[in-house]
Amino acid sequence: MRYLFRPPAAEAAGLLALPWHQPLEDWDPALLLEVPQRGISRHVVRFTVSEGRVYALKEITESLARHEYALLAEFEEEGLPSVSVLGICVDRPDEQDAILVTRYLEYSMSYRYVFSGPRAAHSPDRLLDTLAQLLVRLHLAGVYWGDCSLSNTLFRLDAGAFTAYLVDAETAERYPSLSAGMRAYDVDLARERVGAELMDLQAGELLSPDIDPIEVADGLAGRYEALWDEVTREEVFRLDEQAYRVAERLQRINDLGFDVGEVELVTSPEGARLRVETRVSEPGQQRHELFRLTGLQVQENQARRLLNDLRSYRAYLEQRAGRPVPDTVVGRRWLAEVYQPVLDIVPDELAGRLEPAEVFHEVLEHRWFLSEQAGFDVGTWAAARSYVQHELPRTPAVMTTPSVIADRGQVTVSTLD
Amino acid sequence: MAEIQMDHIVKQYGDGFPAVNDVSLDIADGEFMILVGPSGCGKSTLLRMIVGLEDITSGDMVIGGKRVNDKAPRERNLSMVFQNYALYPHLTVFENIAFPLRLAKMDDAEVRRRVNEAADVLELHEHLERKPANLSGGQRQRVAMGRAIVRQAEAFLFDEPLSNLDAKLRGQMRTEISRLQRRLGITTVYVTHDQTEAMTLGDRVCVLRKGKIQQVASPRELYEQPVNLFVAGFIGSPPMNFLPASLEGDQLSTPFGPIQLDERRVAAVAGRDLLLVGIRPEYFEDASLVDEAKRPVGSVFRARVDVTEWLGDQQYAYIPYEAPEEITAQLRALSRELDSEELRTQAIVSIDSTSRIREGREAEFWLDSRKVHVFDPSTGENLTRDAEAGAALTRMATEDREEQLAESTGGPSGGIGTRDSGGTHAAGAA
Repeated sequence: MRYLFRPPAAEAAGLLALPWHQPLEDWDPALLLEVPQRGISRHVVRFTVSEGRVYALKEITESLARHEYALLAEFEEEGLPSVSVLGICVDRPDEQDAILVTRYLEYSMSYRYVFSGPRAAHSPDRLLDTLAQLLVRLHLAGVYWGDCSLSNTLFRLDAGAFTAYLVDAETAERYPSLSAGMRAYDVDLARERVGAELMDLQAGELLSPDIDPIEVADGLAGRYEALWDEVTREEVFRLDEQAYRVAERLQRINDLGFDVGEVELVTSPEGARLRVETRVSEPGQQRHELFRLTGLQVQENQARRLLNDLRSYRAYLEQRAGRPVPDTVVGRRWLAEVYQPVLDIVPDELAGRLEPAEVFHEVLEHRWFLSEQAGFDVGTWAAARSYVQHELPRTPAVMTTPSVIADRGQVTVSTLD
Repeated sequence: MAEIQMDHIVKQYGDGFPAVNDVSLDIADGEFMILVGPSGCGKSTLLRMIVGLEDITSGDMVIGGKRVNDKAPRERNLSMVFQNYALYPHLTVFENIAFPLRLAKMDDAEVRRRVNEAADVLELHEHLERKPANLSGGQRQRVAMGRAIVRQAEAFLFDEPLSNLDAKLRGQMRTEISRLQRRLGITTVYVTHDQTEAMTLGDRVCVLRKGKIQQVASPRELYEQPVNLFVAGFIGSPPMNFLPASLEGDQLSTPFGPIQLDERRVAAVAGRDLLLVGIRPEYFEDASLVDEAKRPVGSVFRARVDVTEWLGDQQYAYIPYEAPEEITAQLRALSRELDSEELRTQAIVSIDSTSRIREGREAEFWLDSRKVHVFDPSTGENLTRDAEAGAALTRMATEDREEQLAESTGGPSGGIGTRDSGGTHAAGAA
């Protein structure tokens, strides 16, 4: 057998002890982790834990495994929203298929939960927007997916909004750029899959009968086209309006969740022609800033939310001190005096249901809500306690992210020892 | 169902590289056409141009009499079969087939009619009301085909559909696709790099090399009358043997002794110093086992056997030979291009499975000289190809196809156009 792992893959060492020579279906359940958040797969997929991290193992033919491994590695490097690949195991005995190992995307949910779970108040519209955004991002990067579906996508909450991640690149193909035909075909396929997946949910009584799968599916192409047009179209405008038109356009692209890499402006007596090169990677300005100040790694909207709170804490600190407080000090103190204590209120049995940064975001939302009702600012601590008591339990236990479940499992084992 | 016509199709990428270079090909209504060749030959690009995934640099793509160059994939009404099909666990097999029609908001009666019709052809009738969880691998693939059938597309397109299946399912699906295509009589374009798939499935096979068509013909014509070294080397497994040769009088002088040529072939090859003679493995035999009546049509030679392979129903002997450097270089280049294991300078010879020829010993072989081809080593051209005989082979294949089509679609019992009530007996009609 041969194992190929991408560095840094020190974490892979723990995985080597697994019985790779056996078909995944025959693996001892004790080695595996039950993950309820699953889409439909054509292959055998299992989950396992090593040193606190959860991995997805998928059995597929070697050529597909190698192909997917290479593509996912590229996507990750370029900042495309996809699962992170660890490696492959090939040359297994008895001509068994290869196994592709990806890192489990923690705090992610499958569409089944998003549509049918207890928090399913979310309208399908937002989910479709998210999917369209993912498809546009991939197409900008020259990636033809060939199998865009809800099953092949995972969703994560990012300060109340969704972010979509590609989890299956088996059929994906990479080109310098995509033809209009390829994009259209990819969207056609996606429409069909989404429609079928929602019909399937409905047949399984997992989707409200009020939602019309066909209507939802039909909405995808329009959303995609509108977004594609916004981030790629060339514009021509009068010279005297160029300054604000450029700013307006860039702002609109940012609002849609994209960053602009390069702007090309060609002027002629007739007017200015603007061409923008939209970046394929997810925007990261807020994320990077928060990381610099606190070392926290969160998503972009969450970072924006946390930074706002950090800034107001800085104002409070500076007001009390009567002088400016340096960045490093603010970051450290906010982390120790606000962020961590809020999260520490979450009892163990509720831990892992939402990403910590998302919990913090929801506490801030709750604080706003309570303060509105009360007519005065109830403060973060009261809000956090009320949130943990009344709001967080509404996210069901089934949502607990696998690494936290695994961690609990280990605790049980060690106490038994 | 429709005819697909390609007229001087070119696909040039930004860097000027012609992935498809002046391809003209007519695929008849109901025909099963294979596009085959090693990787990089342009077969997938060509298929993607039919579907509408690739822009066409120049030339015309005409489907069902309409030029489709500027049409979106959806408007072309073609079906890519098996592409990453998914089965939906809560939907019945019926709905798993029907959903593309549901999405198109087709009237329920029409959906029923089409799904039932497809289920008859696919022998899925008894499973229609069940959930797909317990279907076998082959049945799952048939559900995927059902989806393609109910769309009533102009043509089916397959892009290496079997390459990721295990060997057993692959063989099973090959038969299934072939049977189905015959029953439905739907125009089919099938891309593969596997010459076994090409030979067993296609009415005609289009062999591509570096974006250019080499030969379009029935499998038998490709096998017996290849136009050049490339086609000769690509089609057939184990591959054709190529030996260096020179013409002396009306005989070819080769490492395996002289080979007698008839007048026509002598005239065709005359005037060249160095030649390549192509001999398929089955044109050889253990000389001691050759019927006396057959002996005179071939020649006998002695050679040392390197290895023998006994496979029960057949046996192969490997015979090394010497060749000048320019020939070995040429053969090496050819095998690289064909993605095959290196064609070493040793012949693979098929001998009767009862033959007692042993490894490491000298043995006497007989070689049928009637069917050998002689190639120009510098251009690769088959100098002895009999175009008329080749065309006759392809004509035969076309007649067979037309006959089968008439049987499956035009017979008095109805065929697939009209659904009858039973299902099981309808499935037996083919």
